[in-house]
Amino acid sequence: MKLKSIALSAAVLAAGLGALVGTPAFAQAKEQFFPVLVYRTGAYAPNGVPFANGYVDYLKYVNAKGGINGVKITYEECETAYATDKGVECYERLKGKGATVVQPLSTGITFALTEKAPGDKIPLITSGYGRADTVDGLAFKWNFPLLGTYWTGADILIQHIAKKEGGFDKLKGKKISLVYHDSPYGKEPIAALQERSKMHGFELNLLPVAHPGVEQKSTWLQIRQSRPDYVFLWGWGVMNSAALKEAVATGYPREKMYGVWWSGAEPDVKDVGANAKGYTALAMQHGAEPNSKIVQDILKEVHAKGQGTGPKDEVGQVLYMRGLIASMMGIEGVKRAQERFGKGKVMTGEQVRWGLENLNLDQKKLDALGFAGVMRPVSTSCADHLGSSWARLHTWDGAKWNFSSDWYQADDAILKPLVKASADKYLAEKKLSRREPADCQS
Amino acid sequence: MLYRENGQFKTTYRADQQIFPIAQDRYLILALVAFAFLVVPFAASEYLFRAILIPFLILSLAAIGLNILVGYCGQISLGTGGFMAVGAYMAYNFLVRIEGMPLVPAILLGGLCATVVGVLFGIPSLRIKGMYLAVATLAAQFFTDWAFLRVKWFTNDSSSGSVSVSGLSMLGWTIDTPTEKYLFCLGFVVVFALLAKNLVRSHIGREWMAIRDMDVAASVIGIRPVYAKLTAFAVSSFIVGVAGALWGFVYLGSWEPAAFSIDRSFQLLFMVIIGGLGSIMGSFFGAAFIVILPILLDQLPGWLGIPLDTALTAHLTFMIFGALIVFFLIVEPHGLARLWTVGKEKLRLWPFPH
Repeated sequence: MKLKSIALSAAVLAAGLGALVGTPAFAQAKEQFFPVLVYRTGAYAPNGVPFANGYVDYLKYVNAKGGINGVKITYEECETAYATDKGVECYERLKGKGATVVQPLSTGITFALTEKAPGDKIPLITSGYGRADTVDGLAFKWNFPLLGTYWTGADILIQHIAKKEGGFDKLKGKKISLVYHDSPYGKEPIAALQERSKMHGFELNLLPVAHPGVEQKSTWLQIRQSRPDYVFLWGWGVMNSAALKEAVATGYPREKMYGVWWSGAEPDVKDVGANAKGYTALAMQHGAEPNSKIVQDILKEVHAKGQGTGPKDEVGQVLYMRGLIASMMGIEGVKRAQERFGKGKVMTGEQVRWGLENLNLDQKKLDALGFAGVMRPVSTSCADHLGSSWARLHTWDGAKWNFSSDWYQADDAILKPLVKASADKYLAEKKLSRREPADCQS
Repeated sequence: MLYRENGQFKTTYRADQQIFPIAQDRYLILALVAFAFLVVPFAASEYLFRAILIPFLILSLAAIGLNILVGYCGQISLGTGGFMAVGAYMAYNFLVRIEGMPLVPAILLGGLCATVVGVLFGIPSLRIKGMYLAVATLAAQFFTDWAFLRVKWFTNDSSSGSVSVSGLSMLGWTIDTPTEKYLFCLGFVVVFALLAKNLVRSHIGREWMAIRDMDVAASVIGIRPVYAKLTAFAVSSFIVGVAGALWGFVYLGSWEPAAFSIDRSFQLLFMVIIGGLGSIMGSFFGAAFIVILPILLDQLPGWLGIPLDTALTAHLTFMIFGALIVFFLIVEPHGLARLWTVGKEKLRLWPFPH
């Protein structure tokens, strides 16, 4: 009995202590704090780990180079396991430590944080994921879906297929099946695809796959029955390799399968190996870039000194690069903010937001950063938080990803009205209004 | 020495039947509530509010709801996450679709919708028991998951299936800061905990417990199983529905059906089992254990200055947390609430135990 009361009092004490210790410690002067929301465990870890490694390696690299104009970077990782409630807890935890820009790396968490960011005055970078309508910077002041949204991705996939078929008019009567992760992430492209389907008269079949996506037998049975002309894969984590394995088992040609940029990395095809040959996925600007200058620099400055975050041979892989670029965008936002608010100073969330909104990474700057050939120039504005919607496709040849298309750009004529309508609906629901032009100066 | 009831004479039935017949208990709880209302709002940091206290309060409320069903009436349910989802989505629909709908009625109406769904899925409990019932309530979980993922009406035709609520206000009071959100949740929790406590002490609560202990004997002495079981489902899912609405509105702000997945149902069931079946106090203990402990364990290496890999910390948290659950269940199968009672018994004899 004595043991029990001891155990109980220990538990109570621990809880009490935790409450005391839990009070946030603010970042020291001359240090810019970067929260790092990651998932290194759980069903999505195979894809979450390389992204996190790239993200952190770039922060280390910038520090090794002397920081952002002399301001050292501090960071802390927090494990979200891709769960929204854990992500919110992580955000709250790291916010208290002086977070100036948050990258949630999960569409579900992005949705939750979109509600919180304006109140906390912390910009959100959702590079290649998140809400597609947040491109509208006049409606979503604090969201930055830099470099691509699911709508631009979906649009580019359709453009590519039209090109392959020999024109948009050839799409009429074609059948396209979308195999998607049944979450906001997977559902987000549907609106854009439906718009295109109305325009060109192709038939869009929606095939949801429940989290985590291991069980897809019935989905692929449907595909075997309906024999679609193309299958779009909108999966994440283990769902991607499961889909490819099912495609092999069903005998669906991999050449007719197209994935989004979250379904086109090494962990997705590694297990399937040569059988996945011919599978094509979007490359969000970059693909696997082991030979780029920035990767060589990181190998030299970070990994050679034993500071590397992950295995050395994964440096430069697709998701590693995505994390690296996401990290770079955040740091460039801070750098741009410093240009206006004082070089070598620690920026606040509001200042970084201005920096991200006025980003202007031209080819010269990209070359200087070592990103030559990795990505195209990005420039954002008050109304346009996307910056650039270029993308190309890459195909798995059984051993590595190779680029297999030219650059495409999403068709603004189609997406702009969609974005506006969706943003208007959001504002109406929230009883908010658009930003005034004067607000753009702040 | 301090904790004993010598000299406290009960001269009326009223005095004998109050919730806390011992004066010290009464004062302690009153002091605790006063502390929660008056001191915590000024003392706690934003992180404490948003990441610990608010989820703790809301999940305590859900655990109270589930405890009524599982702990008091003995009907195992795995559909709690589903009932929470019904509360959240329906409250959202009431708020968005009806112009000028106030917040609290919307949340309560959401709870009412959960009641209807709860009673509907409670009907099988009249014929099946135990594990079979658990499987039947599992259907509620999967059905609601499916409905909110597929039926676009529920999500107000949102393209991604995710809905969000912001700008909460009640009678001119804008619930905006973490402190206000905390007080809002605390108000709900205190009112519902009091209601639940009184309900389980009333004739209805006694009917539930009779059904739990032996339903044949209960029906022999004149308790209608249909009525008792369905009221338990109704009350339970109402409270769970309200908790679900709060979880969506106040804690997450924006949510998708995954926020109320089967994992949530299991989490709540563990809370009730670890906290103590058939105890309102236990629901709070259980919620504290399940909500706060993993967060503490996760941050512990950081506080102690031990540089650990994030993945390793996450795995260690899982392992230690699991081990602690097993430990507590072996040491005290009746849950943390039982430990609390044992502690009180000891305290009465202290410092002269026989």
